[in-house]
Amino acid sequence: MDAMPIPYITSLVIFLPLAGALLTLMVRSDHAVRWMALGTTVAAFLLSIGLFAAFDASPELAGTPQLVDKFAWFPDSVDIKYFVGIDGLSLLLVMLTTLLGPIVVLSSWHYIGKQRKGYYTLLLILQTGVTGVFCAFDVFLFYIFFELTLIPMYFIIGIWGGPRRIYAAVKFVLFTLTGSLLMLVGILYLGYEAGAAVNGGVFTTDWYKLLAFDTPVGLQAWLFPIFALAFAVKVPIFPLHTWLPDAHVEAPTGGSVILAGVLLKMGTYGLVRFCLPFFPNAAYDYALPFAILAVIGIIYGALVSRVQSDAKKLVAYSSISHLGFVVLGIFAFTMEAMQGAVIQMVNHGLSTGALFLLLGMLYERRHTREMDDFGGIARTVPILTFFMIFSVLASAGLPGLNGFVGEFMILLGAFRSELIGHPLLIAAAASGVILAAVYLLWMVYKTFFGQLDKEANRTMHDMTGREIALMIPLVVLMFVLGFAPNRFLQKSEPATQFLLDSIHAKRMAAEDVRSTQDATRFFGYSSPTPDSETTTSEHSGGTAGPGFSDVSN
Amino acid sequence: METELIRFFDALPGDMARTLPLMLAMGVGVILVVWDAFRTSIRELAWISGGVLAAGIVLEALQLDAEAGTAFYGMVRTGGYASFVNIVILSGGLLTVALCPAYWKRTGQEYGEVYSLILFATAGMIVLGTANNMVAVFVGLETMSVSLYIMAGLFRGDEGSAEGALKYFLLGAFATGFFLYGIALLYGSTGTMYIPEMVAGLEASGQVMLFRAGVALLLIGFFFKVGAVPFHMWTPDVYQGAPTTMVGYMSTASKAAAFGALILILRDIMPADGWAPLLASVALVTMVLGNLLAVMQSNVKRMLAYSSIAHGGYILVGLTAGGTAAWSGALYYLLVYTLMNIGAFGVMAFLEWDGKAGREQTLDSLAGVGLRKPLLGVTMGCFMFSLAGFPPFGGFLGKYAVFAPAVDAGYTWLVVVGVLTSVVSAFYYLRVLYVFFMRSPEDTPEAASVMDAAFPTPLVLRVVLVACAAALLVLGIAPGLLDVTGAFFEGAVPGIVTGY
Repeated sequence: MDAMPIPYITSLVIFLPLAGALLTLMVRSDHAVRWMALGTTVAAFLLSIGLFAAFDASPELAGTPQLVDKFAWFPDSVDIKYFVGIDGLSLLLVMLTTLLGPIVVLSSWHYIGKQRKGYYTLLLILQTGVTGVFCAFDVFLFYIFFELTLIPMYFIIGIWGGPRRIYAAVKFVLFTLTGSLLMLVGILYLGYEAGAAVNGGVFTTDWYKLLAFDTPVGLQAWLFPIFALAFAVKVPIFPLHTWLPDAHVEAPTGGSVILAGVLLKMGTYGLVRFCLPFFPNAAYDYALPFAILAVIGIIYGALVSRVQSDAKKLVAYSSISHLGFVVLGIFAFTMEAMQGAVIQMVNHGLSTGALFLLLGMLYERRHTREMDDFGGIARTVPILTFFMIFSVLASAGLPGLNGFVGEFMILLGAFRSELIGHPLLIAAAASGVILAAVYLLWMVYKTFFGQLDKEANRTMHDMTGREIALMIPLVVLMFVLGFAPNRFLQKSEPATQFLLDSIHAKRMAAEDVRSTQDATRFFGYSSPTPDSETTTSEHSGGTAGPGFSDVSN
Repeated sequence: METELIRFFDALPGDMARTLPLMLAMGVGVILVVWDAFRTSIRELAWISGGVLAAGIVLEALQLDAEAGTAFYGMVRTGGYASFVNIVILSGGLLTVALCPAYWKRTGQEYGEVYSLILFATAGMIVLGTANNMVAVFVGLETMSVSLYIMAGLFRGDEGSAEGALKYFLLGAFATGFFLYGIALLYGSTGTMYIPEMVAGLEASGQVMLFRAGVALLLIGFFFKVGAVPFHMWTPDVYQGAPTTMVGYMSTASKAAAFGALILILRDIMPADGWAPLLASVALVTMVLGNLLAVMQSNVKRMLAYSSIAHGGYILVGLTAGGTAAWSGALYYLLVYTLMNIGAFGVMAFLEWDGKAGREQTLDSLAGVGLRKPLLGVTMGCFMFSLAGFPPFGGFLGKYAVFAPAVDAGYTWLVVVGVLTSVVSAFYYLRVLYVFFMRSPEDTPEAASVMDAAFPTPLVLRVVLVACAAALLVLGIAPGLLDVTGAFFEGAVPGIVTGY
């Protein structure tokens, strides 16, 4: 934190993979392409460690993004800027993205046999898109990165995927596109409204200006569903999840890891970053329906996982279940649950990513994912079995490993929530933890234990050095996050607190407006008027200004 | 009388200088007709016409910042807005001319008149796109249309081409009738042919009903030319039958010209009358029908024809909204649309092979093209994603540029329809890419013939495609041009010269 951060480090982390992609295109040999991709992703990861080190998690800075790069972009007639930065919310997800980058490259080393150049180029472009999504502080820029991830993913599933890859790829794109294009209309509408109110009549998509804009309650009621739909498809929240099993099953291992590890997080991140702070009243109103859908997703995903015969499909459905927890945590509107949701996003990326990687390794050896085709292979592949059991336990939430931390915090926070803290609901959600243990251990049992009765399974070779190397960081992090989550939680805490406070304050301000019919009252994060300060301080415990979060800490 | 002549000759050099691209296109077009008889190689014609068009682009680019004005008794506008429209038209022409020699050589029909026709059509489009007077609108429209009718039928032995051309001609003549009638009524109600003076003329005469009828008929003519529903019937047949490089030209430059004229007519006439509901409903059905019908096509050219109908609908959304941002957005969209559509048709042109089946390509016959011919594949990917409106391509910013002002103007419902139909369009654009990249040629027997017989990709084709794709990327990342197009509408309406 003492060292000067590298200039433009945020932009570098975002665009380094893109530069690598362009270089990759120029390389002729298939062999060099892989090394190029590996080098680029490792460099991006090292840079992001610099990001982590330079990030200052002190509460005074909670309300401002750090390591900001901001340039004029559109003509002056509209206020759309290139505006990227890091705050506590995005930091961990950026780290997760850059960490998974080299791991995915390594996992594809032999798996991808045809058209390597295209594959790695697309993979690198994808990384730029995802990192950009997490760093963008301009909604328009966010949208561009959000859509940018569709193009590479379409090809990765469609070209290198399984037998039903076309169906899966098209479904993936059309589902996401429907949601996101409607959101674009929402962004345009919100931009004009906010521009008229807080930006001197100039259309704006600056996140902070939109945050400062007290969206009229009537407007929230229809903008919130539009934004939430785009993100709910991405998460995916039941009943919009049907694209996910298809995409996961058909995608190559690397694609699945990226998809589960970070692409789904764009949905939950979007909910936290945009839906809640922009439309707090509507978010409160919709909290219970969303929590119920989340719990349905938790249980439905778990039950459907249990009856799968295809191990990859099982893990795919388990993602629906796990992300249900994240959504539950988001809509609890309590500090514990929100923090739990943030850390659970990372956890899910690590553990589900690891599960997909291991299943991919099995697939490379036996070219099947049917659990019936395996059995008893713990004896032939002991190292793989160890890693699998470790990842399964982490995913199922064994205390001491990472999954437990997130799920516990979410359940605790949800239970305390005044909005969704109904005991029955939380009990139902908690049953998801048990069900997770059931289906995951079932998979381990069917696949790794029992009779070793298939000839092909006897000759399987265990993990190679490359495969062990790519698993080690994940396993170590699962352990570290399980034992010492505070090291990471404290990075996101001020930002989470700031978000919750500003949500609360905005909601109170809007309630005030609703009750007093004083439409001119304006309550922004940067310049709270003295008037609104006095009226809201008793509700929220302070102002929504940047300095506020140390009050509650 | 004498002084008027003197004034005319005084103004002539200046007028000609400012409209030099138009003069050159028309003059050299005439010369090329004769040259064709004495030429030693067809390439001469291509080089000369290409040179003229390139020079035109440079000349217009120099005038882009110039103050908007008029020339020839206020018949055509120059500078600023007019220059931008002309650049779009001339670029469309230049890209097409670059693609033509190899394409026509391959088809074995090296007609020299192709280049004259392109120049004549370009001249007509320039007059139409920059017209300041209803007579100029009509003259430009007809010069353009007649050239396009011939272009559509250039495959003389091919029944599809002939059918398309005849259909285009008959329906086009019909639309011209509407157009002319509309102009007559407008003149009757306002007493002037000058577009900017019409509102004043109307106020003086008070013939509002007559005026409205005139505008309605005029709009029908325009809707026909841009292929807006319900006047789109000719489009698929013409685009499917016509020579592919020519389709790229007629589907883009002619739209740029017609929309260029329509925007100014709307700007100058709309204030007097609320035509927005009509435009909105035409935009609505155009987007919906164009995209839905495109989904059902298995012939790529036909699919692209319906897609170009749909894109006309997106532009009409901008025109419905009106205002500086919307009009400048529509101009931006026209440029982007020109690049991506010419590019897409360019790729298709070079995937044709001999015979009728070779020209009427079905999706199946293209399996695996993208992997065998990576350059065609990758550039086609750029064009398809851009047409579907994905960032970071120009198609996305183009859609933003027309949709955002529409949201601002209160047409959110229309924009919602627009984005939902964009999702539909993504389906068929992605299908092209799916065929290009994700199916192996072995699946379909037809594909083998494409692979073996498809054109070699000559350097000029590669340059054109890469240039289009690169320009789309730039236009999708750097929206600075919106500033330029926005500036055209800032100042006052250019006064016309009527003092003679």
